[in-house]
Amino acid sequence: MKVKARSTRRLSQRTAFALLTLATAIVVIPALLIILYIIVHGVSAIDWGFLTQSPSQAGKSGGIFPAIVGTFYLMLGTAIFSLPIGVLAAIHLTEYAKDNRLTRLINLAIISLAGVPSIVFGLFGLGVFVMTMHLGLSLRAASLTLASQALAMVITTSREAILAVPREYREASLAIGATKWQTVRHVVLPQASSGIITGAVLAMSRAAGETAPILVVGAAFIVPGLPNSPFDQFMALPYHLYTVAAQVPGMPKSMMWGVALVLLAVVLSFDIVAAIIRSKARQRK
Amino acid sequence: MPARIDWVKERLIPRLFGRNSTATAPGNAFRFRGRWRLGEKSIEGLISLSGILAIVLLLGVLVLLLKEGLPIFSHTPPWEFFFGTKWYPISEPPTFGVMPFFVSTIMITAIATAVAVPIGVGCAAYLAEVASPKVRETVKLLVELLAGIPSVVMGFVGLMLLSPLVQSIFHLNTGLCGLTAAIMLSLMSLPIIVTVSEDALRAVPSEFKEASYALGATRWETIRHVCIPAALSGISAAIMLGVGRAIGETMTVLMVAGGALAIPHLPTEPMTTMTAAIASGIGNAVRGGLQYQALFAVGLILFVMTLSVNWVADRILERQKRKFAR
Repeated sequence: MKVKARSTRRLSQRTAFALLTLATAIVVIPALLIILYIIVHGVSAIDWGFLTQSPSQAGKSGGIFPAIVGTFYLMLGTAIFSLPIGVLAAIHLTEYAKDNRLTRLINLAIISLAGVPSIVFGLFGLGVFVMTMHLGLSLRAASLTLASQALAMVITTSREAILAVPREYREASLAIGATKWQTVRHVVLPQASSGIITGAVLAMSRAAGETAPILVVGAAFIVPGLPNSPFDQFMALPYHLYTVAAQVPGMPKSMMWGVALVLLAVVLSFDIVAAIIRSKARQRK
Repeated sequence: MPARIDWVKERLIPRLFGRNSTATAPGNAFRFRGRWRLGEKSIEGLISLSGILAIVLLLGVLVLLLKEGLPIFSHTPPWEFFFGTKWYPISEPPTFGVMPFFVSTIMITAIATAVAVPIGVGCAAYLAEVASPKVRETVKLLVELLAGIPSVVMGFVGLMLLSPLVQSIFHLNTGLCGLTAAIMLSLMSLPIIVTVSEDALRAVPSEFKEASYALGATRWETIRHVCIPAALSGISAAIMLGVGRAIGETMTVLMVAGGALAIPHLPTEPMTTMTAAIASGIGNAVRGGLQYQALFAVGLILFVMTLSVNWVADRILERQKRKFAR
């Protein structure tokens, strides 16, 4: 093999590294640009009234308070429905399940669920919760739909958190006579709690931004008043953004940017909370 | 070790047996055992039920799509449904052919992937092999933020910022077209491509690299001829996951792809993907009607496509993990 001159090789390395840096810049710069652009345009649209009033003039003016409340209800509903079952499923996989065909099937199902498009979950929610279970186009049906979608993620993150608990802790607990469930309940879960909470917060942030499923199962553009019960129709930030930006003509631009900023702030602040919990937990170890 | 014993004495025993308990004495512990057994059995039952729920849910999605979607084939034969080029749900008689949506989905996904793969893999190689730890942490944080931006916000950004740009560059009648959607989608599939490829690159054993350096190779030659080939299966899994993400993405394409119902010939034409067809049509469809059934059948196609993409990616990742497992 012919050996290339040293200077050529060094030059090609320099060119290649420049290209790799460029690729990184192409990933990073749009992310920063999008976030900054929304902040700059959105801030002028937001004032106290925007955050605390109901929409008026068919959404062209007034605030988006009901949409903010609706989104928080959805996040809460998603966590309530997906967290207990997801954590129990993770406990099953880590503490109880044997390495057999059923366990492999469960793992395959989790991976598959994580890849199912959100709009297909919307169809599932429409068919099962709205039509078959007659929950109507309601907060309840939407929360269940989003929870079905969040389940795979909750299981995966909880499983990782539980697996990270050292085996000695379990052995110590079993050695002083605790049963398996007591060990899980009093030793494993408390140790894994920060990881599980991180996963839950991420799932809630995802639920806050998810649009396609609630578009199918019953978010409304304008609802008079706040939802009083889980059976009511509701407004939600992502659906509101979709409607003001792409559906209703003649919307003032400031309204769109304002909604976009509030939505982005809700979602990213939850992401950041999750990141902080995770890094704190890492420091403690 | 004493710390560990303290932990058992001060935290674990009170937690298990109550604060002032003498339950470590055998008699007390045994007295409670019968009650524990019952509680324990029921909680274990609950746990295994939750374990199977993932399977139940996945099957539930499949069964529902089959139940609501298959009846359309008694109106439109499968051949006409899959290869039909006209989707006129409200004309008389209605026709349902998914070819326009299928072609749009493939076209947008292909462009998005072609754009995202070199950039994503390049970024991953930079993070895994070139960047200092500080830069790496910062970039990873930003990639996570990018992944966290909701798809409806990305659609909005495409609508407000990118589509005017695309319109003026290509002299189009409208900037709402497949190309705009594809660019936004490439941005959205970048995070998963970057993270999974980076993990694959970092999993390459350092002996491989050391051997390459020992032969006198430069860092770039090592990346190019050792690291990337060794991590290739993980990188291809990353690409598959990115493709799956692009196929299933709904809101962005719904907002910026233009919504035309004909088969697109160029990426710069307005088009409707399968996801966007469902999202825009389901609100007007009469429940249980023909259009409703047809849209569930489209959902079934989507489900099968994303499932197979994900399974292939999973297979590849498993194999990669075994390759370097020691």
